[in-house]
Amino acid sequence: MAAVAVEHGAEPADPAGHQAEVHDRAHPPTNTGISNEKLAMWAFLGSECLLFGALISTFFLYRSRAPLGTVKPHDVYDIPFTSVSSFILLMSSLTMVLGLSAFNHADTRRAMVWLSATALLGATFLGGQIYEFTVFIRQGMTLKTNPASSAFYVLTGFHGTHVALGVIMLLTLVTLIKKGRLTPERAETVEIAGLYWHFVDIVWVVVFTVVYLLPL
Amino acid sequence: MTSVLETPVVLPDDPRPIASGALRRPVRTDGFWSWITSVDHKRVGIMYGVTAMTFFVIGGFEALLIRLQLAAPNGRILDANAYNQVFTMHGTTMVFLVVMPLGAAFMNYLIPLQVGARDVAFPRLNALSYWTFLFGGLFLYSSVFLGGMPNGGWFGYAPNTSIVFSPGHNIDFWIGGLLITGIASTVGAVNLIVTCLNLRAPGMGLFRMPVFTWMSLVTQFLLLFALPVITIALFLLMFDRNFGANFFNPANGGDPVLWQHLFWLFGHPEVYIMIMPAFGIVSEVIPVFSRKPIFGYKVMVFSGIAIGFMGWGVWVHHMFAAGLGPVSVTAFSISTMFIAVPTGVKIFNWIGTMWKGSLWFTSALMFAIGEVAMFTIGGLSGVTHSVSPHDRQQTDTYYVVAHFHYVLFGGAVFGIFAGIYFWYPKVFGQLLDEKLGKIHFWLFFIGFNLTFGPHHILGLQGMPRRIYTYPTGTGWDFWNMMSTIGSFIIAAGLLVFFANVRKTDRRHKRDHLTVEADPWDARSLEWSIPSPAPAYNFIEAPEVHAVDDWWHRKYTEDEDGRMLRLDGFDKVKAGAEVRLKPGQSVHLPSPSYYPIIAAASLFLAMYGVVYGRSAGANYVITGLGVLLLVCTLIAWGLEPPTEPHDALADPDADRLLGLTPAGPAQGELGRGDSAEEQPALAGGPKAGPSSKGEAG
Repeated sequence: MAAVAVEHGAEPADPAGHQAEVHDRAHPPTNTGISNEKLAMWAFLGSECLLFGALISTFFLYRSRAPLGTVKPHDVYDIPFTSVSSFILLMSSLTMVLGLSAFNHADTRRAMVWLSATALLGATFLGGQIYEFTVFIRQGMTLKTNPASSAFYVLTGFHGTHVALGVIMLLTLVTLIKKGRLTPERAETVEIAGLYWHFVDIVWVVVFTVVYLLPL
Repeated sequence: MTSVLETPVVLPDDPRPIASGALRRPVRTDGFWSWITSVDHKRVGIMYGVTAMTFFVIGGFEALLIRLQLAAPNGRILDANAYNQVFTMHGTTMVFLVVMPLGAAFMNYLIPLQVGARDVAFPRLNALSYWTFLFGGLFLYSSVFLGGMPNGGWFGYAPNTSIVFSPGHNIDFWIGGLLITGIASTVGAVNLIVTCLNLRAPGMGLFRMPVFTWMSLVTQFLLLFALPVITIALFLLMFDRNFGANFFNPANGGDPVLWQHLFWLFGHPEVYIMIMPAFGIVSEVIPVFSRKPIFGYKVMVFSGIAIGFMGWGVWVHHMFAAGLGPVSVTAFSISTMFIAVPTGVKIFNWIGTMWKGSLWFTSALMFAIGEVAMFTIGGLSGVTHSVSPHDRQQTDTYYVVAHFHYVLFGGAVFGIFAGIYFWYPKVFGQLLDEKLGKIHFWLFFIGFNLTFGPHHILGLQGMPRRIYTYPTGTGWDFWNMMSTIGSFIIAAGLLVFFANVRKTDRRHKRDHLTVEADPWDARSLEWSIPSPAPAYNFIEAPEVHAVDDWWHRKYTEDEDGRMLRLDGFDKVKAGAEVRLKPGQSVHLPSPSYYPIIAAASLFLAMYGVVYGRSAGANYVITGLGVLLLVCTLIAWGLEPPTEPHDALADPDADRLLGLTPAGPAQGELGRGDSAEEQPALAGGPKAGPSSKGEAG
């Protein structure tokens, strides 16, 4: 073999060559010790940060840009209402954790309940957003009104689309668990969906703060 | 089951569980459909390469049209509108449909081989990347038949691209095409990052990865973070055009500079996305043909990482003329000068690698040296741009055109051709003709310098970019004519390359020539397996002990640093030729219909977006596309990445192999089923049950 100095122990996690631990969920046989799927989700979420970053920057630039006499977002906000819907969305992160925990303990029934609750809370948030949009439009602020309103609708709408995708994802998971196609051995699937869900929640914390709470 | 005559490998005769997805598992392993459904990273890489080469010809044809138009004053070949379309599509094609996917072709093919993996982390997502890229390209070019190609420049500056100034569908096609190709690159980035980080062979630490893989990893991170920014810019523009938003509408308070920021915050990392794979290729080619290890491996890697980071802090140098004020101009001038440092380090390291090496002047090395030299010229004119008063003078002149063609043609394209000559035997099992290769090189080299060298002078003489014609008496005639002549020399060079491919193929088929596993006496793992690389890559996962592990299995050094063949040299070389024997099988990710269907649904959805602007009812098409996409993705999630019974053996053996359903690999697979680990783990997100369960 090679006559060069062989560095030992360069890699902490022993990769695919050793076969024993495939079923051991704690140590997937990858170099990082993180499963491919989970690492992919983290990478994807990194990309999503820039997506929302660009939108939030745009909103920051435009939030007070409105020709005189046009309605801008800060004129129509209903902070108590949005606070309640934000609270609902944040609570969905709690139910998500409870659902994953139940599934990890092989309690599929309770897992389905909590995951359904998460989807329901997400859907409630979406309902609130749709209601909020209709109210704003009735008050004279549409997408076309001014740059501030454009930035507001696109940013919050983009976030809402993410929540909607999350709801579809959660409902798919519940169906799969119900049909027995997703078993607690693969609880990581729920964990990965949870990563996405928590990310969407955290983004909302930023959006709510930046868009709604920060004064002009 | 299909007949035995049509398929060299017959899959076990069991009813496939259709319940796992809406469609049956594709079963063909050769012919047209096997390529459509393939998830093999090597096939995906080849498809990327061939498609990108086709677009290279189209983009090159557009370049020739531009040069013919500008050859002499008052050119009449194109009118102003046609010229706008041609230069826009030349830029867009070369950036998004040629250089990026050619890089992706190399990365797809080589990363798993260089890190010693069975395939990429998510083989089906890999196929999705390719099909999405292809459909994005087709979408862009379908505009030719649907009212005209995009005409707002590859940078698409708003509000010029807003509906007031560009009422046609041209720009809509540009937005849609780039959104689709953006998805392709993002998916690819996630996939290849996970592959590099997670699927390395035993002993292949991060700092034993070949420089090409390292540069690819940096590129993928740049893609991951840069693409969302342009995606948002394109979305905002789409909302302006389709739904009357005000992002780039100055009449209503919108800010055109926002577009410039978003575009160039993507656009500058994009420059490195295009050049880094070429840097990686050159870093592989030069050591092999200098018979020396790369000079300063870690410095090479760290300078690549440094470029990756610093690439985010220089975008405003594209906007020095936008009037951003002295502070930001100064800051970005300085950062632009700084980024030349890690780039310069790389150039010195390549020279250091060649220094006192015994150079073997193959076509590959000539292209690699050409890359280093031409990129240096482009880099130097880049430094002149960092001096903002100078940049102010050159903005929107041909000097800028000269600069970025030196870095992107002289840099990226030369590097890519170095890679093509170098890896061609590994990919196709044929050695390209060296004589024609050198003619190709010299035609490219002379033609390239004759085309773009004069642009420096034209730019300094004040010739603006993007003009479709110029009057007599400007003093620009001579150098424009030279440039046009040069462009046709480049075209001749490309024809020589295609002739070379054809001749090589004929010669190999006529004389039944084969290529040995390691024709260049090279250094990295891909040369330790037969040429062309078999479907399963490695029979068992290689164990890695050093940087350039394959080289160290063949050679050592004496006290004076001279290279010595190890005793086992011949045995090691012969070992590289070993293929699977009949009776052995390896689990591979199974082919799938879903990637191409998912890509097609995006394609469909985007037409709805383009035509939704003219009639709201057309958004129904978008709805259908999205619905199809969601259904496809759900079916995809339910389809396991690897059918438990799917064992594809080496199709090159061209015979039936004993397949043992659900059994572990047998025979001489030394360490049991270790070779099966990776495909078992590989798969789409939330994919079906791991086939590993049955293999143990």
